[in-house]
Amino acid sequence: MDADARGGGVTSPALAVPAPDREAPPRPAPPGPAAVPAPPRRRPRRATEDPALVRWALVAIALLFVGAFVLVPAATVVAEALRGGVALWWKALVDPDALAAVKLTLLVAAIAVPLNALFGLAAAWSVTRFRYAGKSVLVSLVDLPFGVSPVVSGMATVLLFGAHGWLGPWLLAHGVKVVFAVPGIVLATVFVTFPFVARELIPFMEAQGVEEEEAALVLGASGWQILTRVTLPNVKWSLLYGVILCNARAMGEFGAVSVVSGHIRGLTNTVPLQVEILYGEYAFQAAFAVASLLFLLALVTLVAKKGLEWHHRPRPSALRSAP
Amino acid sequence: MSAAARRGVLPGFGLSTGFTVLYLCLVVLVPLSAVALRSSSLGWQEAWKVVASPRALASYRLSFGASLLAAAANVVFGGLVAWVLARYRFPGRAFVDALVDLPFALPTAVSGIALTAVYGPTGFIGRHLEAAGVRVAFSPLGVTLALTFIGLPFVIRTLQPVLEDLDPEVEEAAAVLGASRWETFRHVLLPALVPAATTGFALAFARGLGEYGSIVFISGNMPMRTEIAPLLVMTRLEQFDYAGAAALATVLLLASFVLLLTINRLQAWTRTRAGAA
Repeated sequence: MDADARGGGVTSPALAVPAPDREAPPRPAPPGPAAVPAPPRRRPRRATEDPALVRWALVAIALLFVGAFVLVPAATVVAEALRGGVALWWKALVDPDALAAVKLTLLVAAIAVPLNALFGLAAAWSVTRFRYAGKSVLVSLVDLPFGVSPVVSGMATVLLFGAHGWLGPWLLAHGVKVVFAVPGIVLATVFVTFPFVARELIPFMEAQGVEEEEAALVLGASGWQILTRVTLPNVKWSLLYGVILCNARAMGEFGAVSVVSGHIRGLTNTVPLQVEILYGEYAFQAAFAVASLLFLLALVTLVAKKGLEWHHRPRPSALRSAP
Repeated sequence: MSAAARRGVLPGFGLSTGFTVLYLCLVVLVPLSAVALRSSSLGWQEAWKVVASPRALASYRLSFGASLLAAAANVVFGGLVAWVLARYRFPGRAFVDALVDLPFALPTAVSGIALTAVYGPTGFIGRHLEAAGVRVAFSPLGVTLALTFIGLPFVIRTLQPVLEDLDPEVEEAAAVLGASRWETFRHVLLPALVPAATTGFALAFARGLGEYGSIVFISGNMPMRTEIAPLLVMTRLEQFDYAGAAALATVLLLASFVLLLTINRLQAWTRTRAGAA
C-alpha cells in the first residue's frame, strides 16, 4: 500500500512543485543601489506546472473558503465561550446540570463504543476471513445507519420501545423505562455509531489477508490465541482509529438523542442537548461554554486521527475513508 | 473440498457471523422496519395525505434543493481546496488540511450555534452581509450554508486522494504533445476526476438530506419556508402523531436507500477508473 502520498503527493522529481522558499535561489547582491532592477531571473516554469498567478489565486480562494466556512465558526465557539472571562466559563461548566450532562454523555459513550467495537471486530472477522453467500449484502447493510437521518434513527427507537411502540406496553408492565430515559439514549447512540469500527476494520483486514492467522492455526494455536496474539496486535491501530471516530460521534450525537431523551434536566440531557437548551434560553455564554467542551473533543479527535494516520496506519483506500 | 473448507479454515465462522447478523438485526433492521411498518398502519390514503401535504412538499423542496445546492457548491469550492491541498505547497497548508476534517468531527449542535453566531444578523460575517442586503440566518440561504459546512469534508476527502494518485506522466505527455495547462486540465485531468467528484457530490447530498443538528439553529424553522424534512418528522413526533411521522420518515428512508445504492455504484465506478488509470 502506498503510504507516502498523503503527506506529499509529489511522486516524480520532474514534477516537483517547488516550495515557495526555493523559488528564489540566493543570488549575489545587485551591483549597485542605482542600477535598474534587472528582471528577476526565475527558473522557467515547467510545462506541467501551473502559472504562479493561477497558483496563488487558487490558494487565496481556498483559504478564503475554508476560513469563512470552518475557521471563523470554530474560532467563534472559543471567543463566545470566553467572552465573559475564564471565571464565567468555568462557572458554566461546573453548573450541576452541565456536570450531569457530562456524566451522562461519558456513560453513554462508555456503553455504546465498546458494543460497536465488539461488533466491528466480529463483522470484520466474519466478512474478511470466510467466503459465503450474501456477504456483500451484509457489508452494504453495515453502512445503512450512515444514510439514515438521525431524527429517523431516534424515532425508530421510540417506535419500538415508546409507550405506543411494539414493546412499550410490555416494558411498561415490567416497570422498565426506555424512551425518555437513559436506555433509550444508549440505544439511539448505538444505532447512529454502529458502522464506524466495522467499516474501518473491514477494508484493513481485507488488505492484510489471512496468511498469518493460518500460519498460527497450523502451528496449533486455538481460535482465542489467534485472535489475541495475531489478529488484535495486527489491527490495533486500525481498531483504535475506528474507536476514536465512533467515540466522537457517540459523544456529539444530537438529532437521534434529541428524539428519545425527553430533555429532562439533570437526568436525560447529554452535553449536546444541554447546549441546545441553554441556547434556547438565550444563555448564549453558557451555551458556548458547554459547547467548547465538545469543541475540545473535536480537536482531540482530529489530533488523534492525524497522529494515527501519520504513524501507524497505511493510507486507507481512498473511498472508504470518506467520513 | 468440503463446504467448510471452501468457506475458509480459520475457526469462529459461526460465532462471528452469528453475532454480526444478530446484532445487525437487533440494532438496525428491526428498528428501521418498525418505522416502515408503523407508516403502513395509516393506510395508503391517509399516508398519502401526510406525505403529499403542502407543508411536507415544501419541506422536501427545501431539503432537496438546499442539499443539491450545497453539494454543488462543495464540488466547485471543495474541489478547488482539494486541488490546492494536493498540488501546491504554501504556508499553513497542514493547518488547512486539518481544518477540513473539523465539520466532520465537530458535533452538529455546536456547528449549528457557531454558524448562527457568525452568520446571524449581528454576527461577525452576517452583519456585513446584512448591510449588503443579504439575509443568511433564518432563510433558505442559511440552510444551504449549514449544509455546505457539513458536506465539505465529504467532497474534499473523496477528491484529494484521487488527485494525489494521478499519474504525472499523463500530464507530461499532454505537455509534450503541446497542450496548454488549461487544455491539460480540461481534457486530461477533469475527465479523470469526474467519478470521484460525483461520488463526493452524492455523499454530501445524502448527508445533507438527513442533517438536523446544524440546521435547526440557523434556519428559524418557519413552516413552508425554512422547515426541513427531518424537522417536520420531529414536529410530528412531538405532537405524538407517530403514524404521520413514520410516513414522512419512510419517504426519507426511501430517498436514502436509493442514494446509498447510487453511491455504492459510484464508488465501484471510481475504483475501476482509478485501477485503469
